[in-house]
Amino acid sequence: MRDWFKGGEPWIWMTAGAVALSLVSVYAVLWMTAAQGLGHWWPKPLVETTLTEADGSVKRLIGELREKEEISLLRLRESGYDIKSDDQFTSRYLFKQGNRDVYGVDFKWIPTPLLGEFKYPKDVISIERHEWGSFFGHLKAVKENGQVVAEGTAAWPELQKRLARSNELFDEILSIEKHDIGKVNYNLERLRLQQRKLELQGGLTEEAQAAIDQERQIHETEFAKLQARLDGLRAQNARDSLTAEVQDGQVIEIPFAKIADVIKPNDMSVVQKISHYLQKLSEFITDDPREANTEGGIFPAIFGTVMMVLLMSAMVTPLGIMAAVYMREYAKQGPLIQIIRISVNNLAGVPSIVYGVFGLGFFVYFLGGNIDALFFPEASPAPVFGSPGILWSSLTLALLTLPVVIVATEEGLSRVPRSIREGSLALGATKAETLWRTVLPIASPAMMTGLILAVARAAGEVAPLMLVGVVKLAPSLPLDGNFPFLHLERKFMHLGFHIYDVGFQSPNVEAARPLVFATSLLLVIIIIVLNMFAIRLRNRLRERMRGLEGV
Amino acid sequence: MTEASPKTHAIHIGDLGRTQTEDTDTVAIRVENLDLYYGDVKALKSVSMTIPKNRVTAFIGPSGCGKSTLLRCFNRMNDLVDICRVDGKILMEDKNIYDRDVNVALLRRRVGMVFQKPNPFPKSIYENVAYGLRIMGVNDRSTLDEAVEKALRGAALWNEVKDRLSENGLSLSGGQQQRLVIARAIALEPDVLLLDEPASALDPISTAKIEELVNEMKDKYTIVIVTHNMQQAARVSDYTAFMYMGELVEIGRTNDVFLKPTVKQTEDYITGRFG
Repeated sequence: MRDWFKGGEPWIWMTAGAVALSLVSVYAVLWMTAAQGLGHWWPKPLVETTLTEADGSVKRLIGELREKEEISLLRLRESGYDIKSDDQFTSRYLFKQGNRDVYGVDFKWIPTPLLGEFKYPKDVISIERHEWGSFFGHLKAVKENGQVVAEGTAAWPELQKRLARSNELFDEILSIEKHDIGKVNYNLERLRLQQRKLELQGGLTEEAQAAIDQERQIHETEFAKLQARLDGLRAQNARDSLTAEVQDGQVIEIPFAKIADVIKPNDMSVVQKISHYLQKLSEFITDDPREANTEGGIFPAIFGTVMMVLLMSAMVTPLGIMAAVYMREYAKQGPLIQIIRISVNNLAGVPSIVYGVFGLGFFVYFLGGNIDALFFPEASPAPVFGSPGILWSSLTLALLTLPVVIVATEEGLSRVPRSIREGSLALGATKAETLWRTVLPIASPAMMTGLILAVARAAGEVAPLMLVGVVKLAPSLPLDGNFPFLHLERKFMHLGFHIYDVGFQSPNVEAARPLVFATSLLLVIIIIVLNMFAIRLRNRLRERMRGLEGV
Repeated sequence: MTEASPKTHAIHIGDLGRTQTEDTDTVAIRVENLDLYYGDVKALKSVSMTIPKNRVTAFIGPSGCGKSTLLRCFNRMNDLVDICRVDGKILMEDKNIYDRDVNVALLRRRVGMVFQKPNPFPKSIYENVAYGLRIMGVNDRSTLDEAVEKALRGAALWNEVKDRLSENGLSLSGGQQQRLVIARAIALEPDVLLLDEPASALDPISTAKIEELVNEMKDKYTIVIVTHNMQQAARVSDYTAFMYMGELVEIGRTNDVFLKPTVKQTEDYITGRFG
């Protein structure tokens, strides 16, 4: 035993155990988020059952069984359920009854003894609506202009045919609202600012005013045209509706304009389910959010996150590399540079929220405020750069990750062999030429390491962003088709903040929970993908340096 | 030639040693009273000598005697050491290279250097050789091609690498790397080539190749070689300088220095009694 201990075997076990534990944690994070998040779009069977109320009456229930848990009868009795049983424990179900417009709440915990037999009727439909969440019920009829056109079994094929038409109309309406009207509004705002600018400069002559008015007239005509077209489309889309019977027997009428999708979850084959699942998953990635972010997609958040990280990288890399080059190559190594180096290292330990506060105070209020006063007086009192935005967020995070890049680059520069520098200098290269042609390329993998660490840190940061530019719902992306295309002053959405928002600020916690996990998984995947690119680039650079000692 | 300088040991160089090469050869480099300090330490003490043109001059001496330091004065590589200070003159074509108006980069183009350990850049073989020319602003492809081939032939490496010029210079063997570095230096067609123990990190066969190369190159360049290996000095050099403790003890034709040293110190070192 003593020999075993002295032989160092326990150390091998301990260190290997630490590796195993780390691996398990990483896989646990991925597996847990994937398991909790990815099941969300799988069509769940709709159960039809009965519920015995406290007064003995029996009600019909239609909905999804979301969760089951053990609960002590005592607790149930204390909360007012009268359940006759000698057991100590029973179970309860989390039941999603949907139809928030009819019942107010869509999730309910129900003790199992109060539920009747579970049946899965094939004809129950589950409707995904643009508002009010899911609808569950038995399809009754399809109507056109209030007149029934199909009933009973004929209703389902008719519904699908008309839904396709309705969805096309809906997409067209959405596209006009988002792009065409957005463009007109953008131009009108631009004209307003132009006029105001001339006014402030005292240069608003009759001709100028006339020119602006004329242009405004064009855009307003355009707007009126679009509005008329929209009204037409909306009227067309309002033609069809369906009626369906909900769990308590009421018959509800739902216009097709409000329906995103209808499925019969109890009557789907596995293939249908898979295709439905993939479709919903891709909608999640490519669509805008709806219903206070608890439904729809998260595309703007993905876009915002990636764009913010890229902007941040573009800012932090040159700045960090230049600072490191000066500190390592040009500055006289002495106590002063040592103090600076220690300060830079300590900067990495400052809590991120402090950077947020700094960003708000310095970038947004001071820099942004002055930029507005100097260049955008016409927009006053509305701020342009004087309010949080993606530029200030990127700058704040660039500042936050600057120490990482500086430290990594310095490390890389210090590892460039002296013999290589001398070789270059001996060939008549100046110090600057040696730096550009030889030293920096050799140190480039280290710079990439710095950038990788910076990206990983920046993409996961939420706290400072809440102060300098992230919002729950951004009306437009920071990159669009309106000149000058890149709108750095705009606020943006971010996956990290989206997780926080959906998880903590959502009015409908149960509905939002799977989205929290799915969004987290997506955030992790995006960071991994960004890092993969950087790592591949680094490896390619390293390959070129192979054989060089110490790099 | 040597002026009286404070002696820190017992040998009186000026009285006994040869300090001048034969005057039949043209002088390439003339060193006059060179003192070099690292901080407070005097590493070279009043060195004076001449290096003949188109000849191989070897510096020998025990470790730490200042032979590499002296070599690095010829292309001012010692400038890179912050605490290094130089007094005295090194004249090339009657111009003191330590004058203020000397462009160090231009000097180093004329005085090439090869280091103890091969130090090719992590670039292709081609780019390694073309490096100095590109620095000079030569970017014309055909000019570069020609110069690269010429330099590689000059370094006896062309036949081994002509089919893989785009491969990384670091993929070559140690001896090939050293010849690549020599090619890199002679691509600039320098006047002087400084070799700082060029074969000490190489195997015997590679060493023999380098020595052969040195022999071939001396028609075109003035070569100064620092070596630890006395046989090597005897084999490759025309002149030998023996240094000890920062001082030049004696310099003369290699045969003379090896066979009839005028200073006891030299004899002791050459015969292996110390060093």
